[in-house]
Amino acid sequence: MTSVLTLIETNGGGVQSLTYELLTAARQIAEATGASVEALALGSTAANAAPTLGAADAVLTIAHPALETYVPEAYLVALEAAVAARNPLAVVLAYDTIGLDLASSLANRLDRPLLAYVTRMKVADGAIEAESLVYGGKLLAVSNAALPTIVVVAPGAFAESTATRTPPVTALPAPIGLDSLRMRLVGETVPDPNAVDIAQADKIVCVGRGVKDKDNIEAARELAATLGAELAGSRPIIDNGWLPKERQVGKSGRKVKPRLYLALGVSGAPEHLEGMSGAELIVAVNTDSEAPIFETAHIGATCDILNLIPALNKRLKSGGAA
Amino acid sequence: MHIVVALRLVPDLSGDIELTADGADLDREWLDLKLNEFDDHALEEALLLKEQSGAKVTAIAIAADGVDKTLQIALARGADAAFKIAADSDRGLPSRASAPLFAAALRELGADLFFTGVQTPEDLFGHLAPFVGAQLGWPSLNAVSKVRFDGADVLAQQEYSGGAAATFRVAAPVALGVQTASRPIRYVAGSQLRQFAATKIETRNVSANIRSALAERLALRRPSRAGSATMIEGDAESVAGQLRALLIERGLIKEIPA
Repeated sequence: MTSVLTLIETNGGGVQSLTYELLTAARQIAEATGASVEALALGSTAANAAPTLGAADAVLTIAHPALETYVPEAYLVALEAAVAARNPLAVVLAYDTIGLDLASSLANRLDRPLLAYVTRMKVADGAIEAESLVYGGKLLAVSNAALPTIVVVAPGAFAESTATRTPPVTALPAPIGLDSLRMRLVGETVPDPNAVDIAQADKIVCVGRGVKDKDNIEAARELAATLGAELAGSRPIIDNGWLPKERQVGKSGRKVKPRLYLALGVSGAPEHLEGMSGAELIVAVNTDSEAPIFETAHIGATCDILNLIPALNKRLKSGGAA
Repeated sequence: MHIVVALRLVPDLSGDIELTADGADLDREWLDLKLNEFDDHALEEALLLKEQSGAKVTAIAIAADGVDKTLQIALARGADAAFKIAADSDRGLPSRASAPLFAAALRELGADLFFTGVQTPEDLFGHLAPFVGAQLGWPSLNAVSKVRFDGADVLAQQEYSGGAAATFRVAAPVALGVQTASRPIRYVAGSQLRQFAATKIETRNVSANIRSALAERLALRRPSRAGSATMIEGDAESVAGQLRALLIERGLIKEIPA
């Protein structure tokens, strides 16, 4: 029987929630093609996750000292070995750092097509037709690739699988390439426990590229203080050094779920939405009426944030007087 | 160490994006292009390494309208050399299609490191750094935020969600998909830009061809507006007043008497 292969992502021993989304996507392809779903777990303790991987028909494991932590080169060697052993119809990976490392490399090595940022798909006639958000979320691309293929799934696009049975576990031999790697892990950094944790914030004012200048951050900081909110930034603001890294919202920052998320000059790239779409009330202000943030926001406005920030701050402080 | 940095022009998403009549592509006739911002960071990180270690930095791009200026700016910022790679097509080449050209250029230059942005807004069929790495048999690291040298080894920090990061030691050569430079992008004075504005950017042929992306884009369309926000109309003063009222109504702030 042919299979659809996905990779179990773990973090500190636990399975990342994204894995369950990958299993749902893999199951969709499997059901359309009559294939089974196989989940690849890497490292000596990876098989422990099997009882939580009920959406898979089988769990494949590869154990080797080089796979005890995530090392891109090691994971690629192991994934390629699993593909060689099982010849899956599709390999389903996540659009995250691991997916960025592995998917294109694997596609090139196997000479198979790759569909990225997939949010929906149809599987028919030996091919996958996928929808993907591109151009910062402003456009939806419909693309097609013949099976076998690599599918890279956008986080949050597929529901998490909830099946609870324990699939059988099969150990695959460790490929010889794991003994001659050029890359090794030398250090890990976790967020400073003493730094502000915006994931705990009840209200957040987030500034994006529309704030234009570092000098304008101060007015946003004052507004946040008036609202009793934490100040946060989208990636360009952090990259410019205008706010510290611990205040970044999005894929490479923190995921937040405040009661109020006031997005000021944030365009709403998928990577940003991934970090804040669960907020209770999202208010977005951006002069670009086509900005993707308005797809996710509950309330929107298109006035200039550089005028709005002081005006709102003044009204909040003065009891409504302009 | 010889670092080769690939620079790509991408649509400026702050402007209007129009589709062709058949919906198959962007209408590139009037499209504003700009340097892919992750490539900007990749160049910056390469230049920081040059300053720290004396590495040589070469900036390259697929020959297309507008890339001369991009490469001239790279020279003004401190790149040691820059050239364009001749290609049969210059419009919206997928990373997978252009990867053989970059890989051939790296091979012919005898490069030790390949830097480019971790992604572009157009990478529907995969990403450049891992494609180039795989074609050269080099390991690849992506979402990289800091790079330094330790002898012949490269130490590169990789970012994960939630603010976590890991540092890997890898023997060169290696292909890096850069997300963020260690420092903000440097400012280049107008006088420096003018100094390089007349520099002729050479076009070179490489011993490789564009390849198929193996997948096909059928259509582009705007996402459905089903979940759109309720819009508040008016100027900033008016919006401020309506927002204040909304926040009070939702119990998110307490009403302060005027």
